Amino acid sequence: MDVFIAIVQILDSTIRLSVPLLLACLAGLFSERSGIFDIGLEGKMLVGAFAGAAAASVFHSAFIGLGMAILISVAFAMVHGFASITHRGNQIVSGVAINFIAAGSTIILGQAWFSQGGRTPALQPGERFDAIVWPGAEAVRDVPIIGPIYAELISGHSLLVYLAFLMVPFTWWVLFRTRFGLRLRAVGENPAAVDTAGISVAWLRYRALICTGILTGVAGAYLSMVQNGGFVKDMTAGKGYIALAALIFAKWKPVNAMFACLLFGFLDAAAIRLQGSPLPIIGKVPVQFMQALPYILTVILLAGFIGKAIPPRAGGVPYVKER
Amino acid sequence: MSTPYAKLPAWADYGLIPLINLSVAFIVAGFVVLLVGENPFRAAVILVEGAFGKGTGIAFTLFYATTFIFTGLSVAVAAHCGLFNIGTEGQAYISGLGIAIVCLSFDSTLPWWLTFPLAIVASAVVGALWALIPAYLQAKRGSHIVITTIMFNFIAASIMVYLLVGPLKPAGSQAPQTRNFFAGAELPKLNWIIELFGAKIRSAPLNVTFLLALLMAFLVWLLIWRTKLGYEMRTYGHSPKAARYAGISETRIIITAMMISGALAGMMALNPVMGDQHNVAIDFVSGAGFVGIAVALMGRLHPVGIVLAAVLFGMLYQGGAELAFEMPAISRDMIVIIQGLVILFAGALEHMFRPYIQALFASFSPRSVGMEAVKGKGA
Repeated sequence: MDVFIAIVQILDSTIRLSVPLLLACLAGLFSERSGIFDIGLEGKMLVGAFAGAAAASVFHSAFIGLGMAILISVAFAMVHGFASITHRGNQIVSGVAINFIAAGSTIILGQAWFSQGGRTPALQPGERFDAIVWPGAEAVRDVPIIGPIYAELISGHSLLVYLAFLMVPFTWWVLFRTRFGLRLRAVGENPAAVDTAGISVAWLRYRALICTGILTGVAGAYLSMVQNGGFVKDMTAGKGYIALAALIFAKWKPVNAMFACLLFGFLDAAAIRLQGSPLPIIGKVPVQFMQALPYILTVILLAGFIGKAIPPRAGGVPYVKER
Repeated sequence: MSTPYAKLPAWADYGLIPLINLSVAFIVAGFVVLLVGENPFRAAVILVEGAFGKGTGIAFTLFYATTFIFTGLSVAVAAHCGLFNIGTEGQAYISGLGIAIVCLSFDSTLPWWLTFPLAIVASAVVGALWALIPAYLQAKRGSHIVITTIMFNFIAASIMVYLLVGPLKPAGSQAPQTRNFFAGAELPKLNWIIELFGAKIRSAPLNVTFLLALLMAFLVWLLIWRTKLGYEMRTYGHSPKAARYAGISETRIIITAMMISGALAGMMALNPVMGDQHNVAIDFVSGAGFVGIAVALMGRLHPVGIVLAAVLFGMLYQGGAELAFEMPAISRDMIVIIQGLVILFAGALEHMFRPYIQALFASFSPRSVGMEAVKGKGA
């Protein structure tokens, strides 16, 4: 029974840890499917986290925080768009720039506005998204098997967790069942064809980046307003890059993205849980190995040893009309 | 990398446009300073005085510049071959391992002038090998070099953390770093050069690696513009199709360019490790690899430009430390913003002002842009 409880607890923290990855991964899905590489997921999450926590603590409202997180994150996405769509700059360079500007400005502004060493004030109840306890969760907790699963895994998460997982079918529906989605995928594969059909390539890509900005904003808000109760400098800690890895691992598909993020979240949860305690059969696994595993897996995938990851064809190439 | 833009006179292309881009980056940074509630002009004065006002400041500026010359050259060599090596950070970090092995083995037996060449080779080899795998995957398996080198940065960091909290840490020590090196692995300082000019220096870490960096800048110039290999790299960077048609082996050129890039990145580790800290500590690279991207872009991928840009960033790092001291609201992270803005305006938005400048040139002297412009526009 103890083993069962332990497994449920690991799975529970898997869900919590994979939510920011999932949101960022879906964000990347929108932009990369439209042909814009986005290394700046990390930076957009970071400004989202900062703006969310800062606004929530100043205006005493979680929803104003969330709105501000989305707004600022979209603004950064628009900078990326301005550079890589309007001015046809190098998308990777632009993404790197955004990550730096985000990392620096969150610390500088945080220190200037709140003087707590780059932190925002600890969020009070009501300023953060609290856990939603589902009806009957406490009542069934003692029922074997189903009880802990219902009470721990399904109930007791915040609004943003459910939102993140609802975004998976929604993203799938938008990309594969709507006209906007069809065009968005087309512009990532063959922008000239979309242009010939009389649809603006630039505007379509800008809209894809707005979706990216919204989702990275929510991801950032989750980090600072659910997981942590305040902004801490560099709190994304490479999650944007893991999300990027998950996106490749998922071969740019929404449902796969969810499983990839859950896998990477599980690795993280297991690494925290084990902390050097030996595993059966394998023996003691260094924590660092568990932390590096998502990246190693992605490289192996990219090398073509587990299937083949084929990116959108027009990805990374600025569209020039007159050629 | 054909641009849909017309040609400008060379001095405008290599001097005026970078200068304008840079100025815009600094103006935006000035607004951030204003937002924080400080005077941007006073901040700029403190920054420049902190970097060049005293002998110690100059020595520190050049110490930081040494690091950035290496990483800038590393990014530039790969970029000439059309490859974006974002893994300079990881290649430099993992090279600390090679240097640690050499220094910990020989520092009590050999003098510095024997340890140093060994360490140069070790750092370059480890850096090159760390770049080899992404290069191989790009050349043979078609996996995007940007993604693999990012992944390799994280893998390098994990390996180094594992080694520095485990096998490389001396017994009984709490700090995640190797033991301090003995005199045999301490590089001599170069501060006397600045003292020749009459300035006084209180312990600054400027060391002989600076000369190595300048030598490498020269060698990179030689490689890129004066050798067959460099010509092939530039050809491949300009048009992979043309290179293939000319019979240049894609695999060979990608792997060679990336290994040179990795070796240059690796040598960066010599400067902080052997020249300053005399141990290998966690996170000793601390973002210098990424600064290399900004330096390479600002230097327009030319070694002379890179050295100048590296000195500028060295100035920002040294002056930034002084600035943080004088204006508590501005910490050293201001540099990170400036770095980001430079990458944005000198890199991603480098063509933003070009049409306006072209129009300006055209109105003064149509011939300077005239014929070329018509051809370039495809009209």
